[in-house]
Amino acid sequence: MLFQPAIIALLLASAVGLLMLLASAPFALRIIARWDIRSGSEAQLALERGTYLLSTVLSFIFTVQLAKLLLFVFTADRLAVMFVGAMCAVGTLNVNEYGFPALLGQILVFFLAAMWLAINHVDAQARDYPLVRIKYWLLLALLPVLAVCFWLEFQYFRGLKANVITSCCGSLFSAEGKGLSGEASAMAAGPAMLLFYPAQLLAVAAAVWQWRRPGRWAAYATALGSAIAFVAAISGILAFVSLYIYEHPHHHCPFCILKSEYAYQGYALYLPLFVAAACGLAVGAIQPFARVVSLQSVIPTVSRRLAALAALGFALFAALASYQVLNSNLILFER
Amino acid sequence: MRIWLEKQLHLIDFTLASLARRKSKNIGLLAVYALLVFALASVGLFANALRSEASFVLASSPEVILQRLVAGRHDLIPPGYLEKIGRIRGVQKQEGRLWGYYYDAVVKANYTFMARPAEEIAPGSIAIGATLARLRGLAPGNVISFRAYGGKLFTFRIASLLSPDAELLSADLVLLAEADFRAFFDYPAGHYTDIALSVANPQEVRNIAGKLSQALPDSRPILREEVLRTYQSMFDWREGIMLTILAGAIFAFIILAWEKAAGLSAEERKEIGILKAIGWETGDVIRMKLWEGLLVSLAAFLIGFIAAYIHVFYCGASLLEPVLKGWSVLYPRFTLIPAVDGMQVASLAFFTIFPYCAAVLVPIWRAAITDPDSVMRA
Repeated sequence: MLFQPAIIALLLASAVGLLMLLASAPFALRIIARWDIRSGSEAQLALERGTYLLSTVLSFIFTVQLAKLLLFVFTADRLAVMFVGAMCAVGTLNVNEYGFPALLGQILVFFLAAMWLAINHVDAQARDYPLVRIKYWLLLALLPVLAVCFWLEFQYFRGLKANVITSCCGSLFSAEGKGLSGEASAMAAGPAMLLFYPAQLLAVAAAVWQWRRPGRWAAYATALGSAIAFVAAISGILAFVSLYIYEHPHHHCPFCILKSEYAYQGYALYLPLFVAAACGLAVGAIQPFARVVSLQSVIPTVSRRLAALAALGFALFAALASYQVLNSNLILFER
Repeated sequence: MRIWLEKQLHLIDFTLASLARRKSKNIGLLAVYALLVFALASVGLFANALRSEASFVLASSPEVILQRLVAGRHDLIPPGYLEKIGRIRGVQKQEGRLWGYYYDAVVKANYTFMARPAEEIAPGSIAIGATLARLRGLAPGNVISFRAYGGKLFTFRIASLLSPDAELLSADLVLLAEADFRAFFDYPAGHYTDIALSVANPQEVRNIAGKLSQALPDSRPILREEVLRTYQSMFDWREGIMLTILAGAIFAFIILAWEKAAGLSAEERKEIGILKAIGWETGDVIRMKLWEGLLVSLAAFLIGFIAAYIHVFYCGASLLEPVLKGWSVLYPRFTLIPAVDGMQVASLAFFTIFPYCAAVLVPIWRAAITDPDSVMRA
């Protein structure tokens, strides 16, 4: 294993988070079994007090998870100098078979955490905690996901050995590459654009719809649109945005744009994209509870705010990507 | 949004006032916290500066160095070896280098002697590094004698001192003419110490190394990137070791933070009780306490980090030097180039703010659920 401060910090954060979650699991079970808001008993009072602690602890853990994703990619990118053949995060993640699963796990946890935080937020707004049971069921469901993620991350960092020869992004994100990332980057720039722009437009339109007239269909359309737009955005970055940024017709890497050589443009792209997708998904996550009496006024407000953020995020992302395409010296399509 | 923001601002305002009311307790915590950040940040900044110094130094070194091995040991390059390499596509320049070590019994240190072409250094004179000049009290124009390994005494005139900017490289360096070098070490004619090759395209370096070891099976190509990587992982490793040792300090700090947060004075209890009695909710009290933790963390982080910056870049990291830098009789004196790395700040925050927040959560909650009735009655 590499003795790198950032790696130690990441593992520390994961381990502490997992331990805190494990420690709260018995309490979550107790709440699920005994919660009764109408009762005024001593036990119920204790439970109500306990939920404050648990909400705070979980918000803390999940917020840390959001920050951790950034640090993880940043670390992987920075570690590239340590491996023969690695030039960016792709090479580092490819050092062993746990690299990419660990990254995907982090992204999954990121979105799940965002959705949980949204549910928690609306629940805290209502007087009678209508979603307490659901929240803690979800928490118990998240626990194994977080545990698997920690295991993947640990295996990945443990297996990092500096003398391994890895393949760099040139060989992975080229048309010959197998697997999903190869498929996405093998998509020609033209069709990818035809998928990219309508998907972003769709997501923005759905989010604006939800913002103007919050409702059931609009909310689910926003969530679905966000998911589609996220996938389309990632494959768009692979298929053509990266080409324009690198001004190179065959360099498809989604990580090199995070490097200083390209003025960290990747962060400007990914931050709005991830925030927008998280907000869009959160709109869908809270929608099923819109009919709960005490949430009838809360959910539309929160949902509208999230939808506005999602619309802004996707629009900003698409605008930035278009700017990078238009501003590039690379010409993929002859007029 | 405006209301939310205003609420937070008022909470911060209140928190600051309440922190100021309990100065002595909070200053103690802040001092310990800042000290922890200081120690960790010093390690990080210093290791990072050394890393960038190493890559800076290596940036101008040749891409490939070719050594000849005999029975697994480094041996001289015999005559005709350079020609045997011939012309390899992608190699811009290849030259035989002459260098060796000389042990000076006077200062009990090793010097590196290196031959330069006659147009750079006139025969009979030498150029020496600044550290060496300081140690032996030499100035340009002085004369110095070295007893060669053969027993003969050689006298050189010091033509110049090497630029102190490059002191990391030239600390123990003595440059002399090729003829002098061969005479001093009794070096066999036509032999060289090793061969340096310059390669323009970094992606070609591995191929060229492959070709070299195919053409000359008794040779060992050493790549600059490998040397760089070795330095990187060495400094990483030292930094990691330091951090692991300091982990004890982090744990001690966590315990302290927990204790401080848990040990509410009667005064504070009363304060929370009154707040709740006048309509604050448990969530508000938690929010206020979280702000308190965040403000203390940020203050401590800033103080500690700035102190570490001054310690490393203006005071030469005197507390950490021997561990991270290594030591030697002829150790170069060099100033580090100030550099702050985003990733470092982020991982430092994970090391300090994160454990602190995790430690105070439970005590904060305990304080927040205090019953106003029971507190005010007490």
